[in-house]
Amino acid sequence: MTKDTNETIIEVRGLSYRRGKKLIFDGCDMDFRRGQVTAVMGPSGTGKTTLLRLITGQLKPDSGTIRVFGKAVQDLSLNQLFELRKSMGMLFQNGALLTDLSVFDNVAFPLREHTRLSESLIRHIVFMKLQAVGLRGAWDLMPSELSGGMARRVALARAIAMDPQLIIYDEPFVGLDPISMGAIVRLIETLNESLGLTTVVVSHDVIEISTVSDYCYILSDGKVIGKGSPEELHESDSPYVRQFMLGEADGPVPFHYPVEDYRTQMMDKEFE
Amino acid sequence: MKLLVLDMRDRIAGFFIDFGASQLFLFRLIAGSPSVLRRPGLLFRQVYSVGVNSLTLIMMAGFFVGMVMSLNAYHTLGRYGATASIGLVAVLSLVRELGPVVTALLFAGRAGTALTSEIGLMQTTEQLAGMEMMAVDPVKRVLVPRFLAGIIAMPLLASIFNVVGVLGAWVVAVPLLGVDTGAFWAPIQVIVDLKEDVLGGLFKSLAFGVAASLLAVFEGYHAYPTAEGVSSATTRTVVKSAMAVLILDYIITAFIVGEV
Repeated sequence: MTKDTNETIIEVRGLSYRRGKKLIFDGCDMDFRRGQVTAVMGPSGTGKTTLLRLITGQLKPDSGTIRVFGKAVQDLSLNQLFELRKSMGMLFQNGALLTDLSVFDNVAFPLREHTRLSESLIRHIVFMKLQAVGLRGAWDLMPSELSGGMARRVALARAIAMDPQLIIYDEPFVGLDPISMGAIVRLIETLNESLGLTTVVVSHDVIEISTVSDYCYILSDGKVIGKGSPEELHESDSPYVRQFMLGEADGPVPFHYPVEDYRTQMMDKEFE
Repeated sequence: MKLLVLDMRDRIAGFFIDFGASQLFLFRLIAGSPSVLRRPGLLFRQVYSVGVNSLTLIMMAGFFVGMVMSLNAYHTLGRYGATASIGLVAVLSLVRELGPVVTALLFAGRAGTALTSEIGLMQTTEQLAGMEMMAVDPVKRVLVPRFLAGIIAMPLLASIFNVVGVLGAWVVAVPLLGVDTGAFWAPIQVIVDLKEDVLGGLFKSLAFGVAASLLAVFEGYHAYPTAEGVSSATTRTVVKSAMAVLILDYIITAFIVGEV
């Protein structure tokens, strides 16, 4: 399934990022190639969403470089970042729809902000994008009237409104019923194919990710512990990778949060 | 004792850090203000939201404050046979102090909290982050129109408060207490000074508008993105706005009166 492409759209080198005392990334290297769906997986709290925020310039790394379309994101000014983001679309975990705007106006929002297109042309584009996600019939609904899956599809229509070259999904499958999940999986696949996008998906849903991604990275404890196509990862000998891909509760990533000896804690006078 | 001193030190340092951050934020809002010229509709909508929607509260409060002023003035001035000065006392108190101050406090409680919680919730639900990702600056798109709307609305609301307050004072003084209507209005016409009293009061409400709107959008934008974070940001807006209004009131009054 791996597409043969050499052009790197996002290049991460020696990425280190610390939040307070916790080291989130410790010298990570990653490449995201044109036309591919690249998945970033890992247990909750490993910094997958933080990675997206670093890639999009919402956070700055402590050291290392992140190049997107050849530009070092950490060195860009706010205006240069905004210019770069016009060629990116991002789907947030909960959709992040503007709650005071209807579905139509949400999708039209980036077009009205960044283009001088006539309202009739904007109308055509918005209906085209809503048709692509199967929600043309919901154009006049407010975000509060949408289900979680529908909200995410509207957000996806908004993310592709400006025809970006790169689209980033943050946990697109969280909290969705199987039908909505299937719809999102299909959309990620078809949009990537038909629009010639480069896609980055952050998720920990191994089964869904395996069906759509061309290449995967598995993160744990601030490092890349596994990489390759989904097939290669499924066949990996690494105990970390196997634990994650098979969903085992205990293993190299322990079930218990680091804690002192059980008996010592039970005998501790402070708790009495 | 040592802990108490350390706590005090941290609180004082925290106050100055917050104050500095809010002033930097003010510069950011001022720098972004020309962006409303591109979308004046956003500003009009916010003026409606913070201004028109506060009107009933402001008018009700103004009317009752005027009535109470009149009643108290009648009771006190009556001892000296100076009931004819009721109108003057009511108007001067309203225009110079009560109008701007009470309007600002009510504004902080009604519109300020609404602004903070709205912006805080937009932060919590990643709407502002979503805008940034669409290359839209949320400061210009969301905060500037709300900030400017507060500044525009405050002097207008204070003026309406004053007018309705004087009406309330008249209703109690003339029809209810039997003060002569000519005696009510005449000293007002002669003594109330347009520059010192009326424009001074309007300047105060303009300054209160800047302070209350700045604090409302600042707290909302910097709210910790949880339910508790938004709730404490809303509380901080009311407390800080009330303090800022009262401190600014003293400073501006000292400048207008020319004495410390």
